[in-house]
Amino acid sequence: MAFTFAAFCYMLALLLTAALIFFAIWHLVLPEYLIHFFFCVMFLCATEWLTLTLNLPLLAYHVWRYTSRPVMSGPGLYDPTTIMNADILAYCQKEGWCKLAFYLLSFFYYLYGYVFSSSRLFTPDYFLI
Amino acid sequence: MSTAGFNSQNGTGTGQTYANGPTQNPVALQQTPGVGYSMNHQQAYNPMQAKAPAPPGPGLYPSGPYQPIPPISSYLLGPQVTSYPSSPGHPLLTRPPMGATPSHTPPLSASPIPGPRMPPAQATPPPPAVSSSSYYQNPQQPMAPVWQYNAATPPMGPAPSMNTPPRGPVTNHVNQAAGLAGPLPQSAAVYSSAPPPHMSSRPAQFSGPGLPPTSMHGYTQPGTAPPPMAPQAYQPVRPAYGPPPTGPPSSMKPTLPPTGTSVASATPPPPNVDAQCGGVVPNVLPPTEPDFQEGDIECPGTVAGNGPQAANSYNHVDNRMAGPTQPAPPGRHLGHYPSLPPGYQNTSAPPVNPPMHPAMQAATQPYTQAPQPFQQPPGGPGPAQLSPSMAAMSLQSNTPEALRVVNLLQERNLLPPSPVSAPTPCLPQDLQKLNCSPEVFRSTLTSIPQTQALLNKAKMPLGLLLHPFKDLSQLPVVTSSTIVRCRSCRTYINPFVSFLDQRRWKCNLCYRVNDVPEEFMYNPVSRSYGEPHKRPEVQNATIEFIAPSEYMLRPPQPAVYLFVLDVSHNAVETGFLSVFCQSVLDNIDALPGDSRTKVGFITFDSTIHFYNLQEGLSQPQMLIVSDIEDIFLPTPDSLLVNLNECKELVQDLLKSLPSLFEKTMETQSALGSALQAAFKLLSPTGGRMSVFQTQLPNLGVGALQSREDPNQRASSKDIQHLSPATDFYKKLALDCSGQQVAVDLFLLSAQYCDMASLGCISRYSAGSVYYYPSYHHRHNPAQVERFQKDLKRYLTRKIGFEAVMRIRCTKGLSIHTFHGNFFVRSTDLLSLPNVNPDAGFAVQMSIEENLDDMQVVSFQAALLYTSSKGERRIRVHTLCLPVANSVSDIFAGADVQAITGLLACMAVDRSVTASLSDARDAMINASIDSLSSYRQFALTIQQPGLLAPTCLRLFPLYILALLKQKAFRTGTSTRLDERMFAMYQLKYQPLAFAMLMIHPALYRVDDLTDEGALNINERTIPQPAILQLSVEKLSREGAFLMDAGTVMYLWIGRNCHPNFLTQVLGVPNYAALPDNLYLLPELDTAESQRTRAFIGWLRDQRPFFPSLHIIRDESQLKPVFMQSMIEDRTESALSYYEFLLHVQQQISK
Repeated sequence: MAFTFAAFCYMLALLLTAALIFFAIWHLVLPEYLIHFFFCVMFLCATEWLTLTLNLPLLAYHVWRYTSRPVMSGPGLYDPTTIMNADILAYCQKEGWCKLAFYLLSFFYYLYGYVFSSSRLFTPDYFLI
Repeated sequence: MSTAGFNSQNGTGTGQTYANGPTQNPVALQQTPGVGYSMNHQQAYNPMQAKAPAPPGPGLYPSGPYQPIPPISSYLLGPQVTSYPSSPGHPLLTRPPMGATPSHTPPLSASPIPGPRMPPAQATPPPPAVSSSSYYQNPQQPMAPVWQYNAATPPMGPAPSMNTPPRGPVTNHVNQAAGLAGPLPQSAAVYSSAPPPHMSSRPAQFSGPGLPPTSMHGYTQPGTAPPPMAPQAYQPVRPAYGPPPTGPPSSMKPTLPPTGTSVASATPPPPNVDAQCGGVVPNVLPPTEPDFQEGDIECPGTVAGNGPQAANSYNHVDNRMAGPTQPAPPGRHLGHYPSLPPGYQNTSAPPVNPPMHPAMQAATQPYTQAPQPFQQPPGGPGPAQLSPSMAAMSLQSNTPEALRVVNLLQERNLLPPSPVSAPTPCLPQDLQKLNCSPEVFRSTLTSIPQTQALLNKAKMPLGLLLHPFKDLSQLPVVTSSTIVRCRSCRTYINPFVSFLDQRRWKCNLCYRVNDVPEEFMYNPVSRSYGEPHKRPEVQNATIEFIAPSEYMLRPPQPAVYLFVLDVSHNAVETGFLSVFCQSVLDNIDALPGDSRTKVGFITFDSTIHFYNLQEGLSQPQMLIVSDIEDIFLPTPDSLLVNLNECKELVQDLLKSLPSLFEKTMETQSALGSALQAAFKLLSPTGGRMSVFQTQLPNLGVGALQSREDPNQRASSKDIQHLSPATDFYKKLALDCSGQQVAVDLFLLSAQYCDMASLGCISRYSAGSVYYYPSYHHRHNPAQVERFQKDLKRYLTRKIGFEAVMRIRCTKGLSIHTFHGNFFVRSTDLLSLPNVNPDAGFAVQMSIEENLDDMQVVSFQAALLYTSSKGERRIRVHTLCLPVANSVSDIFAGADVQAITGLLACMAVDRSVTASLSDARDAMINASIDSLSSYRQFALTIQQPGLLAPTCLRLFPLYILALLKQKAFRTGTSTRLDERMFAMYQLKYQPLAFAMLMIHPALYRVDDLTDEGALNINERTIPQPAILQLSVEKLSREGAFLMDAGTVMYLWIGRNCHPNFLTQVLGVPNYAALPDNLYLLPELDTAESQRTRAFIGWLRDQRPFFPSLHIIRDESQLKPVFMQSMIEDRTESALSYYEFLLHVQQQISK
């Protein structure tokens, strides 16, 4: 078989992370959270523990961030009455830059992971002897 | 002419009047609000607290004796005017009120533990002695240097002073003056000499007499006479205290002694004060009255007042706009001090008792000389080369009054007997004279730190407190087709810009050079050409422009008022409807507006009732909409009608409304739907929506649940439910804000109403919130009276529609958080659908870039609004503050009231976003942090005890008052709504009123005399001294008035003098005093007139109506009164002394 589930996950994550990079810049928080959650689940299914561990802190942060959002009846994270306070604005922007950095790094990590997990399959058995 | 008023306040006349205050000491005045100070940080700091007690420098002690700063003077302190601190509720008192004096002392003195007080003994005593000497010096010095300077070497003054002085900041200011003064070069030079005072220590050398502390001016003078007395009185005291609690508080044992002594010690100050007051106080007060009068008087004649002004300025020392502006700086000095000769003689000039002086002077001189030698060394080599000890000494000797060290644990009675006034920034006099009134625009630090690092070091919050739409009795209004603004940052031209030449000016915020338009060259006031710097825009820090059409997005809206009334059974039961209708009927002609004014009414219970008032109908038509889920307007055109055309129908409706719902049995309330309907009705025009609600809304959208558990009211654990339960009201408020609709909420309820959720509707739409707990037309007459008076004010006060406010500040500073009621539309733009004259705002700032090469920074608040007459207007306030580069200068400029006000705002935010205990900790940490950093960085002589600079001596007291304030107290039963309301008020009230709510003023009123009384409009208003909030100050024989802002309590002692009972209260004896008395009978006796005049005067000063409760021992309200005794211990809160010990312990940890 040319393709494992893990390799598929990595490939998917690779593509989605590219999207996340833009979302982090534009502060599309809800899609970002969903996508990130989605491939975390995929990695869980693929039993890629190391990758999952690397993503767990961010996942936990997202959960915390969303649960501690201001009282709001609809979905959303930013409160229009406070977002313009320079300190909150600065925090949100800093958060965006940090995530951008994280996603950029993980992009290359997934690329490597994809190549690694799929190359293992192509490796002839006699190499392993 | 408003300008004039300002000037007098700020400074022109000031020279002498202010003397007490800050003006003269540049350093003293500086305030530094700690910007970057986040509450979080504070906490973080805690652990960090400086543990090291700071080893005493070698030179320290020696320097001590030389200190010019009179210890005594602290008592004299300037705080004459402005704010009346007050705070409402507090924990229960453990102690019996009466027995007080004796019993109390123990706790206070309590910490006898004081083990090793040796040092104190040494340290402290010297000051008194010294002080006396210093005393003289100061007075002389200030005057002398200035004059000599001016006369002798005007040109030199500025330059040398700038560079030479070791204390960079001060000097800088001076320099600035020179540089900035731009418009008037000559004047600048003159001024520079004047202000430098503190700096002057160095400059002084040149001049000869060069005495260190300039600031003392006014101060010293008055003080001169009394000083000798005071010190002596004091010294005896010290021994008594002797053992004071240096160490950790440990257990409080009542070892301590002689209260008597302590009292005695306390007493001395008053005399001094009085001396000053004689001159000063009266002056201060008069101006107040005009405040509330409305009306912008267009006054072309900025200049007009000049001549007389000088005289006036004296009278109206402090606040308000009484004095006229003086355009011409140079002449000014002379005018003011004409009689003063240069040199020492000046001292005697001051109004206070001259007889003493000669002797004093003689005594002084030796001392004065002594300090000089010390200073000189520094002068020669330059400040930088000073050895630390030398630096310390010179610092000490120069210390302005604001920095005089006060050991809070030893000196009691620090509360000044008259209201605390705002410190004056240490700016050159010509700038200061033009500066914005502190009532309108105030900074927590009057000296802005040069860098964020410096600010972090000082650990004080940096921020501004504004009251931008305050009623001003005089306000220059300019009509012109072009409003001159900076082309890059859009700053309005203001008094602090510099003119490079006649045709170019340099913006003081972004430093861009702009052209002066042709039109601006002509001065309409003087009708002269070619003097752009004499235009009213450049002579007034507060000014109003009539805006041309570029400032309109749409034609100015008419005044539109919509009243939304709860008519459920509960509402009818309270009986507010008849009071409301009567008030509107009475004031219908006084509603601000023009011929386009519109009004409308909506009532609601479980359905929404609209009233068709269209012209032509014979009587109002009620339309009921019961589909509250999908609300619609039955006849959109005829619900809001022109007031002038349909006045009779409106009056008919108001007359019939109260009876219309008399029999209603409907108990539900669909407030949410009613608000939506009202929003729909108002959204095409914008306007004001006044909502009267008496119960928790429980039907339809926006329905709320009761969240309060009455058993938790007194819990000392965290208070829950401070944040809104739903965002419905917030979202609706934002919609309203977008359509220029403001919602004012009147909550009249005995039950829990969820103020936290409902308040959002006003908070984000720039409305105001009024709360009348337990309102009932029969059972609670005091509330009814308050409601009536508030309504009257509410209906008739000025109003601005579709307003926005932008606050700009000099490049390098940035605003990061706003407090108040508004919606923040972009990082520096506040959207205010309505703006009213009673709204205050606060902002926090940070320093993003170093302000290295600046001597001053400016802040400008511009409020663009539509007046009720349909005019688009811009009101611009500009504040100019010096930049300081040393921690001690920043401390010297701290404005303790502004800091307290800003911290209160920050703490409200913190309690909502985090928790109440978090907020309380943060406030405590704020006081610990600033005092410990004072000790660490600004204090040169380490002494035991809890040391604070004079300007911050009330800080721990105010913090404690905040902790015991309704908003933040724990452990005392407080209803959630009242707590939330108190929080709203802290954020929304202008500082002067917020301070009264935090720290009430206590007066003894059974022995009012005309001595030192004010005379306003031929009424004599007695001025009793403000007492400390301690039961110790009460006596059974007296009657005491506590003014807590929105409420006043008159406490009658059991053995109160029968004269007072009969002449003022109209009862034969104490037992005959009725239980629920809330009115003073109008008796025709001198005592009664005095008392009523005093209370009436207090009431006139504020836009809301404080109800008066007369309390005797058995009254229900007595616990409330006793809880306001902030300095006493209660079951759940520390006494002031214990709190100080706690702070000290934390600092020395």
